[in-house]
This record gives sequence, C-alpha cells and structure tokens, in this order.
Amino acid sequence: MNQVTIDHPSPQRPLTPEEITRRRFLEKLCIGLSGICAAILGIPLVGFVVGPIFRKTTGKWISVGNITDYEIGKTVSVTISDPSSLPWAGITAKNALWLRRVNEGEFIAFSVNCTHLGCPVRWLQDADLFMCPCHGGVYYSDGTVAAGPPPKPLIRYDVRTANGQVQIKTMAIPITTTL
Amino acid sequence: MKRLVVGTWRWLDDRFGISHLIGPSLKHLVPHDARWWYVFGSATLLAFIVQVVTGVALAFSYASSSSQAYETLQFITNEAPFGRFLRGMHYFGASAMVLMVGAHMAQTFLFGSYKFPREMNWTTGVLLLAFTLGMGFTGQLLRWDQTAAWSVVVAAEQAGRVPWIGDFLAQFILGGTTIGGATLSRFFAIHVFIMPALIFVFIGIHLMLVLRHGIAEPPIAGQVVDPATYRVEYEERMRKTGRPFWPDGAWRDFVVGTGLIVVIALLAYFIGPPKLDDPPDPSILNADPRPDWYLLWYFALLALIPPQVEGYALILAPVLIGILLLAAPILNNRGERAPSRRPWSIAVVLLSVIMIGALWIQGARSPWSPNFDPPPLPEKVVGATSGPVFEGAKVFRDRGCLNCHLIDRIGGRRGPDLTYVGDKLSESDIVIRIVNGGVNMPAFGSSLKPEEVNALVAFLQSRKRSLRTENRAAYNKNVATH
Repeated sequence: MNQVTIDHPSPQRPLTPEEITRRRFLEKLCIGLSGICAAILGIPLVGFVVGPIFRKTTGKWISVGNITDYEIGKTVSVTISDPSSLPWAGITAKNALWLRRVNEGEFIAFSVNCTHLGCPVRWLQDADLFMCPCHGGVYYSDGTVAAGPPPKPLIRYDVRTANGQVQIKTMAIPITTTL
Repeated sequence: MKRLVVGTWRWLDDRFGISHLIGPSLKHLVPHDARWWYVFGSATLLAFIVQVVTGVALAFSYASSSSQAYETLQFITNEAPFGRFLRGMHYFGASAMVLMVGAHMAQTFLFGSYKFPREMNWTTGVLLLAFTLGMGFTGQLLRWDQTAAWSVVVAAEQAGRVPWIGDFLAQFILGGTTIGGATLSRFFAIHVFIMPALIFVFIGIHLMLVLRHGIAEPPIAGQVVDPATYRVEYEERMRKTGRPFWPDGAWRDFVVGTGLIVVIALLAYFIGPPKLDDPPDPSILNADPRPDWYLLWYFALLALIPPQVEGYALILAPVLIGILLLAAPILNNRGERAPSRRPWSIAVVLLSVIMIGALWIQGARSPWSPNFDPPPLPEKVVGATSGPVFEGAKVFRDRGCLNCHLIDRIGGRRGPDLTYVGDKLSESDIVIRIVNGGVNMPAFGSSLKPEEVNALVAFLQSRKRSLRTENRAAYNKNVATH
C-alpha cells in the first residue's frame, strides 16, 4: 500500500514563529467564521421566536350587546372574540368575561382569570360568589378576594356605555407578577 | 443462504466498521454483581425510544394548528388505524419514562454512584430529568383540549411570577398576550424539536460518561471513594472480576425492557389514551384544568403553600431543588457509598417519596376545590320535610354552602365537614361564622337575609350525633307525637 506522507511538523519539532502565527490566524479565522455563521442563523431565529413578546397590542373597544340585555344586579358571562387574533386561531380566539350590571348605567366587567394562577373562575349566582376550580380561590361579587390563595381582586376590564350599547375594551390575559 | 448473509454482514462490517465502532462499548467490563438494581437507566432509554417512535407516528396525522389540533386528535383517536393505541402508548410511555428516570435517580443516589469520578454522569442525569418533566408538560399541552388551553394560562401565570422578566416569559409562553394562533405551534416546536434534541445530546453525553468512567459497583460498607486512588482500584477490580456488558450485563436490560414495553402496550390497549376534554375554547368557563399525574403533586403544592410566601416559593423552590440536585456531587464526592453508612441518603429518598406521594394524593382529591355540582341533600339526611330545618337545608345548598362543606359525605371538602357541627358550635358561634366569615371562609352577612340566617342556624344546629340519620326519623316522629 502506498503511504501518503504530508509534511506536518511533528510534535517533536518545535514550531517556527511563522507557523505559530499562521496557525493562530487560521484558528481565529475558523472561530470568527463560525461566529458569523451562528449570527446569520441565530439572529433571525431569536427574533422570530421572541418577536411576539415585543408585539404591542392595544385594547380595542367592542360592543357586547344592548344595555337592556342585562338585568340589574345580575352577573353573566359574555363571550368576545379577540379582534387582533391570528387568522388560524380558530376557537382559541374566543374569550369570556363576567359582566355585572350594578345599576341603570353602571357595569363592571371582570376578567375570568383567577389572580392566583389564571384558571377560569365561575359565578355562583345564588351564593353571590366567584369560585375558582383549581386551588379554591373565592371572590365576592365586586371581585374582591373572599377566601383562598388569590393575591389580589379579579382584574376589571374597561367598560363603557355608548348609544345604548355596552362596550368592553379588550385586554391581555392579566398576569400576576411578583415585581 | 446462511453463508450469503454472513458474508454480506462481514463485507458491510468491514466497510462501515460497525464492530470496530461499537464492539469495545458492548464489551466494556461491568461489575459482576451489577444486577437488577441497574436496569432503570436502560429502561428510561427504552421508554424514550418508545416516545420517539410513537411520537413520530402521531406527527403523521397531528396538525399543530390552534384551530385544527383538536380535530386531528379526534381523528387519530377514533378513526386512524392504531391511532388510539399509539396515543395510549405515547401516554403510558411518558409515564414509564418519568417513573424509570425517578427510580434510576433514586438508585444512583442511594448507591452513592454520583461520587467521584461520576459527578457529571449525575449532573447530566439531573438535566435529563428536567427535560423529561418538560416533555411531559409540553406533551400534555399538545393534547389541545380545554384542560391543555387552561394549563398554558397557568404556566404563563407561574412564569409571570419570575421577578422582573415574568411578564416577558408569560408572553413568550402564550405566544402573545392571549391564547391564540401562535400558542400551540410554539409548544409543538419545543416538544417535538427542541427538547428531544436536547435529550438526544444529553443521553449521548450520559452514555459516553458511563463508558468513560464505567458502571459504579454495588456499594460495600467500608469501601470508600478516594479520588486519589479510586480509578486504579476500580480498574483493578474490573480486571479481576468484571464481566463484558454484552451479553452478561445486558440480558437483564433486555428482559426488563421487554417487560416494560409489554406493560405499556397492555395499558395502551386496555385503558387507552387520556380522554379528550372539551374543545380548547377559552370562552367555555366550566373548565377544571388538572395536570397529568406526574405533575399533580406540584398542582397540590400550589394550593397548599401559604399565600404569603407563595410568590417566593413558586420561583425559589424549583431553583433551590435544581441547585441542590446539581450540587450534590460537588458537595459530597468522596467517602462511603453504602446506604447503610449514609442513612441520611435513605431519609432523603424516603422523605421525597412520602412528600411527593402525599401531595399526589392530595392533588388527586383536591379538597380545596369547591364541588360545583353537589346533589341536593336527601330528605333522610335533612330529617325534615318542612319548617326551619328543611328551609335551612335548602338555603345551605342554594347559597353555595354545600359547594364547600360536607353533610353526611355530600358536598364539597373545601371547608370543614359540618355533619356534626351542632355538637361543636353554639347558636351564636354559628351566626358569627356565617355573618363574618372565618379562616378561608367568605362572610355572608351582606348577601343573606335574616330569615335565611335563622333557617341556616336551625339546620346546622340539628346536625348532631344524637340525631344521626337512623335516629332522626324516630326523633321527628317523637316530636310530631308530642
């Protein structure tokens, strides 16, 4: 078999300064090129994946029915559709809120998300309480905490009446933060 | 024919160098007494292979679109050939992987196998445990039903508690500010690409380290690990008493592995995959989200942590557990390996099992959750068909008391059992509790009418041991006679 020999400096022979410089340069070149490749691939990747965090969505006023549709003193669930949802969101674009008509012209709209860990609270009309199925959070009819682990009252939507209609300002899922 | 096969194999083996490549790994020496305790690692690997195979099969029909995933899951479960079975295999394979990785870790810890020079074996194993649990959670979310959708919200809320960057993390999880089109596809990418890739890489490193440092022998009391001499002593012992992994050690892995696959298949066939809940419609509020069994203990923990420290515990506890696990071999990498000389190691494993087991049982019972649909109290339990006691029983149910309290095993478990409350509290005590509320109980003073309070008090006062169900009829008859 033919032996192919390449004139590599053997470990025994010390490298010349030129060889050292050339090798160091080639090492740095390879590392630098790898960095450029990683950046070309990585920057758009990170931007694409993390992008939604920085996408600002502003709440939009949407109508949820006539004022007369709601009975004074009653709390009812209202289904809304996220106006800024992606086209393929399907039924996940839907959302719900609890709407309470306090008197002739005053409404309160509560987020359905328990302020403990976001589970959907249910309204028990006769008990006059909201209850959370996950960890047992309980709220009074005005959204204040009655019992259980929720750290703060139910979050309220902005609500207004205009032209005989009740309008809600859409908002993000309220996230309870520590700091 | 045999000649042809053998010849072909030899030719391929020569050209590819298969025997040359894996031969030394298969023949590496393992301790002669490494027997049934040593099967959990390979069983975990096999469970992972089951997950990869069944996961790839499911991906042929699963659409990772928020609007279509639920329908494709229904198709897989109800119409596709073997679809139900494959989903079942994937679910029970995940359960097996969690169980086996837990058993492997406990065995490694008890045997002190994480000590010198296998510190990094342990560390990579801890990371693999984290990835396994991550796969379990993200996998549950791909079962894109109502529970999955709400679980995403719960995950986002938990991430939201991380100081300073919580809001960003929550939005990252949701893929925006609400559940929507971007939510499911990112969990699909994480579950199907990112985490499996990480698991493959770390399994590779883990196995490479197993080959590099050898399998730790079963510990013997008095045989201490001294980093200065351990390697020489281990090699010497292997030379004298070691056995080649193939087939002397491997046959047990094959026996247990086959048993594991058979059990997974039987469970998948007879029990089937977890039932799909309602569609992932966030406007349906009759939801009761629960994690799969392997995270049920954490679900319970979130209910039982005192609210005052919950914010810290949510974030610090997992971080501390992670640091402790990762640091274990650095803090203690020499000395005795035998559990008999390290009783605290037995205590740690036992306490962990008891703690997780107890939380798991609590999570399964969820006594803190209200019973949203209790049946009416039967006449036999109420003990009256008219009058204040009867009216009080009606108020008790209508006003939500029965959602949280038990009467003769009917109702919720969130509050105290009131079956015999009449023996414990006086009339004034009961009134005060109802009107002002109490520990973890809402105040009903502003929502109940005075006559309702009176009726409730009459009903609750009649809940006495002396008036047990069987005596109540006679009591009523007696009252009627007089």
